Amino acid sequence: MRSLKRLTGFDVINYGLIVLVSMAMLYPFANVLAVSLSSYSAYIENPTRIWPDEFSFAAYREMLSKPILWSSYLNTIIVTVCGVFFGILLYIVTAYPLSKGYLKGRKLLMVAVVFSMLFNGGIIPNFYLMRELGLLDTLTALVMPMLFTGFNLILMKTFMEHIPEELEEAARIDGASEPYVLFRIVVPLSKPIIATLCLFTAVTYWNNFFNAVLYIRSVDKWPLMLYLNEIIRSANLASTSADGNLAEQGAFDVMPETLQYAAIMVVMIPILCVYPFLQKYFVKGIMLGSVKG
Amino acid sequence: MQYLKRHYWLYIFLIPGFSYLLLFKYVPMAGIVIAFKDLSLTKGILNSDWVGWYHFETLLTSSNFYRVLRNSLLLSFYQIVWGFPAPILLALMLNEVRHLAFKRVTQTIIYFPHFISWVVMAGIVMSFLSPSTGIVNYVLHTLGFDSVAFLLKPEYFRSIIVSSEVWKEVGWGTIIYFAAISGIDPTLYESATIDGANRFQKMWHITLPGIAATIVILLLLKLGNILDNGFEQIYLLYNPMTYATGDVFETYTFRIGLQQGRISYGTAVGLFKAVVGFALIMSANSLARKISKKSIW
Repeated sequence: MRSLKRLTGFDVINYGLIVLVSMAMLYPFANVLAVSLSSYSAYIENPTRIWPDEFSFAAYREMLSKPILWSSYLNTIIVTVCGVFFGILLYIVTAYPLSKGYLKGRKLLMVAVVFSMLFNGGIIPNFYLMRELGLLDTLTALVMPMLFTGFNLILMKTFMEHIPEELEEAARIDGASEPYVLFRIVVPLSKPIIATLCLFTAVTYWNNFFNAVLYIRSVDKWPLMLYLNEIIRSANLASTSADGNLAEQGAFDVMPETLQYAAIMVVMIPILCVYPFLQKYFVKGIMLGSVKG
Repeated sequence: MQYLKRHYWLYIFLIPGFSYLLLFKYVPMAGIVIAFKDLSLTKGILNSDWVGWYHFETLLTSSNFYRVLRNSLLLSFYQIVWGFPAPILLALMLNEVRHLAFKRVTQTIIYFPHFISWVVMAGIVMSFLSPSTGIVNYVLHTLGFDSVAFLLKPEYFRSIIVSSEVWKEVGWGTIIYFAAISGIDPTLYESATIDGANRFQKMWHITLPGIAATIVILLLLKLGNILDNGFEQIYLLYNPMTYATGDVFETYTFRIGLQQGRISYGTAVGLFKAVVGFALIMSANSLARKISKKSIW
């Protein structure tokens, strides 16, 4: 009761506005979920619903029966796992020496890193590089372009700079080699930033569409996002050209519109699953990384 | 020599990362020579003929180029006008929330859209705005208005992009301000309370000045990136009907260079953007350094 009494008019308006913002964030997802579980006629009758009507799993069943869904899912998983694993490994081994004040040439190396963030050759030279390397239309072409970014490297380096040097010195006096110090002492202490970067890079790889548009041709190499885009395109083609007549003609078992909602859900599920668990890490990681000297 | 002997491992560690940068970042930078050549696929990059500034002359006399430049700047301008103050406001509002559970749940919700891909986002936008089955037209229809094919009308394109971007990133944008707010000395608030300051006065005289440096730096960073509009959001939502307001550098380079095969010209457009963008971000950084004695990086 006491805490309720302290709610002033300001609080009520403030809380109300925040709830409105949160609802605006949630609404599209609630709507997509509800429509994906509804029949097409229920969707046409009222598309604004946030609760399913004429409940049906048909769209999901249709979605999961498509072989391209499974192959593109697998491709995206392969690309994401490789990108995260090799990316994090690269960030760890590169950030460690750069976090040492006594590293000779450190300044010059950092200039090289920062310059690579600020200037780039552009889409076409990158495309030609992939072509010359023979990586066009391979999954490697999806992993390589985003594997190692200056931004993430600097986050990791800044974090490592705050690890007390004494811990490492003690191990070195005991005769530990540099790789031992890095992987047995520094890496375990860097868990928060590693978790943050894992989440960031995993999401970046999972969601990336641009590189696939650029480098991938064959359907069996499609990542999930190319396939999802294809489903969305055909749904919108259907909805603009046919004005819903196709349903009456019985041209589809599941209408493309509801199918696209189910597809969106299927693509988002992994992110929805890991997001709540990693949230506490990334807020901490960002805060630590943004503390710049 | 003694130094190298002692620290050779550090340099071994650096080899993979910097080889990556060399191959995937610096080699493409050398690829900008394509912009000064007339690239012929049979001759390859090295043996193609030099044409000097020819492609840049074409660029500066092409009306498409000015359309792209205008679209790019206008879109960034609106993105800054709407998208920049929004997270500051939201962070200040959330900072006034006393109930920790409420705050935590809200943060979980508002950070989430940042993790959604633009493909999903574009799918939601397209189906919400669909003339036959979309929510927006359903509501318009219920209110007695005619359906509008929003995505086919150039006059709506910028609003659609800017509002979907604000929706997606506003929550995520608050994190950096929370970090800045958490760095403010709590004794300032205590002494202000003793002096009888109310919450608005504390927000205005303590919180805002406390995060002013962060605000300035982020604004400069945004201004430095004014030529970057992002490829995916535009590419997924635009169509030939909306090129007039929607075509920006990223999409134009892609279409001209890779879809229409004008490779050298496309590289020249990309190089123009890269050079101007670099100059902008460097000036933004030196300004930030002057104002806050701190570099952006």
